[in-house]
Amino acid sequence: MRLVVMLMTLLTAAVLVLPPATATASEPAWVPKPARGRGDKCVADTAWMRRNHMTALMHHRDEMVHEGIRTKRFDLTGCIDCHAVKGADGKPVTIASPKHFCRTCHDYAAVQIDCFECHASRPEAKTAATTGEAAPGRASKTNAAVLAQYLRSLAQ
Amino acid sequence: MSCGAKSGGGCGSGGACGCAGERRDTVDDARRDFLRGAAATAVTTLAAGVTLYSFGAESAAARAPGEEVSSKVRWGLLIDASKCGDGCTACVTACQTENGWRDTGHPETDPQWIRKLTVENPINGASFSLPMMCQHCADPPCVDVCPTGASFKRADGIVLVDKHICIGCRYCMMACPYKARSFVHEPLEDQKPYAPRGKGTVESCTLCVHRVDEGRIPACVEACNDTGGGAMLFGDLNDPSSEISKRVAAYRTTRIRSDLGCEPGVYYRNI
Repeated sequence: MRLVVMLMTLLTAAVLVLPPATATASEPAWVPKPARGRGDKCVADTAWMRRNHMTALMHHRDEMVHEGIRTKRFDLTGCIDCHAVKGADGKPVTIASPKHFCRTCHDYAAVQIDCFECHASRPEAKTAATTGEAAPGRASKTNAAVLAQYLRSLAQ
Repeated sequence: MSCGAKSGGGCGSGGACGCAGERRDTVDDARRDFLRGAAATAVTTLAAGVTLYSFGAESAAARAPGEEVSSKVRWGLLIDASKCGDGCTACVTACQTENGWRDTGHPETDPQWIRKLTVENPINGASFSLPMMCQHCADPPCVDVCPTGASFKRADGIVLVDKHICIGCRYCMMACPYKARSFVHEPLEDQKPYAPRGKGTVESCTLCVHRVDEGRIPACVEACNDTGGGAMLFGDLNDPSSEISKRVAAYRTTRIRSDLGCEPGVYYRNI
């Protein structure tokens, strides 16, 4: 129920408030101008994303959680990575800051975002311990190297 | 091992069946010695297998990112309690690091995706320890009772909570015979991107679904192989050629509270 209400609110707000991209030239000063993301262009046309990002995210989320379809295009983690806005301390801001990419428009449109009650609202700080991929001495590849070394020592 | 000497012994189902002690009076000594020898051989063979398999052979078959999970696969774990060190918490620490949960100073309600249990026979004091987490049942009671459909089983047997639909009623926590689920009581920030968790929802072991989908093994299994006792094995129970299927077929294994008929995907040895 909460989700339906949220989606309805988002859709209504998007239709009512967010101007189409074609109107960029004549946008009044109070229309929010969200920070540019990393890279040349978004995963879809900007005007389309403005109106439909919530639907795309929701569709992707259902497929991913229930069916394990892990495509990257409409993955929230990707959005967060590209659209991170750096704060005064040089680190990406969380949703607590009004500078956060999502909040720039959502504050203006008065649409509450529930995503970040569970999802991280900024990219993960890179440390060696965060994931098995980067951590030395944990991955099985390292074990293969250890085996190779052991076999070589036997041969000598 | 010892409790199996009496054929048809009643310890097939319960974890706390008190079978860790030896009952020498009921078994002929010569027969016991023969069995002991056979067991020693089996362990040696197994040890060689473990060494071999801990060097990179264990990895889940990777799917294409756009491909949906299939019921041809049934992920499961085999845990050998005899190799599980008493004070070792490598699996728990690895799970915490991987999925970003930690103790909040409230032991009664803290998240417990995986925990170490010590089972003791009160009569003779014999004890062993084992990791306990979501058993990824084939017929999960948590899914049966969920009023919103948030608790669900993926086609490949991984039992998950869709936190988008979870209303935090905690029926599943009551239904789970393994006390595997916990509830998030505090607001959270900076969760792991691949393991979202939030206040007001129920959570449990996901079998590191984000890693499994990439063709990697769960963090607890990796940590147990690297720094623990090598007690955990992850694999596809539906594939007869997988190491886990071979071992489940070859050795006497136990599924905790199998009398409940939930068909857990986590098998234990030597409990």
